[in-house]
Amino acid sequence: MAEEETSKKTEQELEVVKQAISGKEEKIGRIEREEQHIYKQVKSIVFSVLSPKMIKKMSSAKIVTPELYDKEGYPVDGGLMDIRLGVIDPGLRCKTCGSKLKECIGHFGYIELARPIIHVKFVNIVLTLVKCTCRDCGRILIPDNKISKIKEILDQVEKDSGVEERRQKVKEIIATLKTVNKCPHCKSKQKKITMEKPTTFIEEEKRLSPIEIRARLEKISDLDCEIFGLKVPYVRPEWMVLTVLSIPPVTMRPSITLESGERSEDDLTHKLGDIVRINQRLFENINAGAPEIIVEDLWDLLQYHVTTFFDNNIAQLPPARHRSGQPLKTLTERIKSKEGRIRHNLAGKRTNFSARTVISPDPMLELFEVGIPFIIATKLTVPERVNEWNIHYLKQFVEMGHDKYPGANYIIRPDGKKKKITEETKEASIEELQPGYIVERHLMDGDVAIFNRQPSLHRMSMMCHRVKVLPGKTLRLNPAVCTPYNADFDGDEMNLHIPQTEEARAEAEILMEVQTQLISLRYGLSIIGCTQDAISGNYVLTKDESVKREDAIDLLSAVGVTDFSKLPRKSIVTGKETFSVLLPDDFDYTGHSRSCDRSKEKCDKDAHVVIKGGKLVSGAMDRNSLGEESGLMLRNIHQKYGKDFSINLLGKIFRLGIEYLLRIGFTSALSDTDLPESARAEIKENLDNAKKEVDSLIAQFREGKLDAFPGKTMQETLELKILELLNKARNATGKTVANHADKRTHTMIMAESGARGNLLNLAQMAACVGQQAMRGKRIEKGFSQRTLSHFRKNDYSPEAHGFISNGFKTGLTPSEFFFGSMTGRDSLMDTALRTPKSGYLYRRLANAMQDLKVEYDNTVRDASQKIIQFEYGEDGIDVSKSEHGFINVKRIIQTIA
Amino acid sequence: MKKPKFKVDKHTLTPKHAKLSEKEKTQLLERYHVTSKELPKILKTDAALREMDAKPGDVVKITRKSPTAGESVFYRVITDV
Repeated sequence: MAEEETSKKTEQELEVVKQAISGKEEKIGRIEREEQHIYKQVKSIVFSVLSPKMIKKMSSAKIVTPELYDKEGYPVDGGLMDIRLGVIDPGLRCKTCGSKLKECIGHFGYIELARPIIHVKFVNIVLTLVKCTCRDCGRILIPDNKISKIKEILDQVEKDSGVEERRQKVKEIIATLKTVNKCPHCKSKQKKITMEKPTTFIEEEKRLSPIEIRARLEKISDLDCEIFGLKVPYVRPEWMVLTVLSIPPVTMRPSITLESGERSEDDLTHKLGDIVRINQRLFENINAGAPEIIVEDLWDLLQYHVTTFFDNNIAQLPPARHRSGQPLKTLTERIKSKEGRIRHNLAGKRTNFSARTVISPDPMLELFEVGIPFIIATKLTVPERVNEWNIHYLKQFVEMGHDKYPGANYIIRPDGKKKKITEETKEASIEELQPGYIVERHLMDGDVAIFNRQPSLHRMSMMCHRVKVLPGKTLRLNPAVCTPYNADFDGDEMNLHIPQTEEARAEAEILMEVQTQLISLRYGLSIIGCTQDAISGNYVLTKDESVKREDAIDLLSAVGVTDFSKLPRKSIVTGKETFSVLLPDDFDYTGHSRSCDRSKEKCDKDAHVVIKGGKLVSGAMDRNSLGEESGLMLRNIHQKYGKDFSINLLGKIFRLGIEYLLRIGFTSALSDTDLPESARAEIKENLDNAKKEVDSLIAQFREGKLDAFPGKTMQETLELKILELLNKARNATGKTVANHADKRTHTMIMAESGARGNLLNLAQMAACVGQQAMRGKRIEKGFSQRTLSHFRKNDYSPEAHGFISNGFKTGLTPSEFFFGSMTGRDSLMDTALRTPKSGYLYRRLANAMQDLKVEYDNTVRDASQKIIQFEYGEDGIDVSKSEHGFINVKRIIQTIA
Repeated sequence: MKKPKFKVDKHTLTPKHAKLSEKEKTQLLERYHVTSKELPKILKTDAALREMDAKPGDVVKITRKSPTAGESVFYRVITDV
């Protein structure tokens, strides 16, 4: 009866399959006839389990012998390399479809298993099914009257919260069934079934053979299956116990011919060979009427082979190994994990014509250049097609050979054949060369390259540079482009790609060139600007400096200026005049420098940067005008004169700063942190006062007279008050240091121009490091009721809770140093833990927003045209065309008027 | 269910929600060349809609304060699930 039912089911299922196949044939036929593409939306996808009938139907060969090749090396009929399963040898034709190697995608085969085998990937489902159904009548262990109710609940859950929730609910229901010990339908007693991993089932100490398991699964009715989440035309429970095994086509397990002429088979073929061999022996033993023990042993062995064929990494099983001892890579290992098909082959791509090494800075390079070592330049090539005008030029490269620069590595014939250029073939290659050939010549100055540093979080992380071949072994870049790449030179490596087609080069040049990436699309300011020494240099030069005319010309010509007509004809020119030579004649700009206190109407003469008619009238150049991520002057130049001019100017300004510093010398000395006696006394008094005040607060607290803040305990209030007091004291010392520090020292110049460091750093060196805080509080961890064993318990004094009253120059006391290390370690840990977290957060955001696009009606929409925002950014402003996200109407009016 | 005394939709931090009339709705859909399928959604059980006589398929206009634009207008179609 059960069999009859299954055959009916398989008929049903076959019908489904037939429809699918005939539908597909129809579609393919139509495409071929009309050469027309059919677009359809995928409505749903069904995942199902292959039935034995289906396996037989879709296969084109039955495999009966473990032999692979006959004496002539020809694949054996009915063997695992049967040519009905596809071809992997050149010259042979597939017996099933008649196509040649690479045209035939391969066809499945099957083997008839002598005894049923449990599919490892389904053991868990099989276990629940066997546990939750009656061992006699095969019904689910739920009384009839409750079945419909449970189905209703499940449907409701699915409607309300989706399939995922339904599965969860099914699991809950199944969990309740495992304790039922009497069938509600036929009243027979249920025995306890356990599973011994991986594939052995035991019913009250008696082992259940896969035959019995399969028989029980067959008895489960279609309606009961649905409660478990198995829909019948697609899945029948007994299909999870295999009676036939599908054999994958040879095309997915090709053998490789070793250099010795020996054939080395794929891991899957090895495994399948084992299966077929044991299967044959099992057949023979059963037919010969061998004793039960032998048959069972062979059966278990077959089970092991089939299991490891699917998954060779099962905890309880020893993995199947090669003779060399390395584990076989079977089906699951092919797909799973980082080296698997999905993450390695589908999500990860690799490329040729690329290079990677350590980077180092070279300010004499233009911003849009990249310095490339000779070794790399002789390996990376650019294909150039020969025509009658360049044939002579290209022959020169071939003449040089592959190891001399500039030479060529390959020539490609019009039919696509690639020929390597060697000493021997050189002469022949030159003779052969004619229009239509392609020469792969070495990289040369001016070639297009794409430069990249990971993590590529930005579009500015991959920019197009011009090649400049240089001696040395590192990739070189102008330090000004470090910001967009977020690179430094402490050992960073970067990647270089050479576009190989005309289209790719054009695209790289137009869309990715450094010039086009000057203005950040995140905040609308220049991302590339002067850094570090370049800022200090320009600041010193434009502050109050004047130089001899000859020196100014020397300086300017070192930077790359050739026209000195703008320099006034005086024997001594000011730094501002020297700087102005770089500026275009019709450039006007007003802005604030860092020293400008914007609250006041008028401040120092150099606080307002004024450029009139291309002359720097007042103001010193500092980070506000030149710096990266802030340079407003650069933003304005870009707006008025365009990208090519501004990148050229920026390079010149950068070099001017460095060249000037080279001439005057620039260093940070210990004496920069020296303070006059009066200042030191002031600071000491200041700190002592603060300490006294803290002491009095503590005294108040101990007497219980301290007024608690609302919502805080007295202890918390004390902490807050102390923290506030000490912060105030530290700020006061900072001010004292700022007042007394010599403005002419190089440390101060760096701090003032914004090149590096700030006043706080100076104050920490000269006077007082200040309170060390962890999680916004004073340090309180460590021993019970104290931070270190050097202090008394319940000591609330500043020095016992991480206040460092010494400066770095005077030196720290041991306990101060320890507190300093505590916060140092804490912040180190914090960054180490935060980086991967924020990286993942960014990845999720990027993936979620990847194909959002601003449409012509200013709406932001996704790929299916769903509206995400009605007006881009709510104000419709393209930030990359604004100044810091705003439109400076005043400036626009000024430029028009 | 007893209605809670606190009305979320009256809170200052809740942006203004207003139902569009049928005419306004068709105008909106026309302006953006969309069907209500492409509009952003709002759940009919959303607290801000509690005091409103709105049914699935209606469109609400949400007027918010915006740091970039001062005031921004957003539309959402009411959905069941």
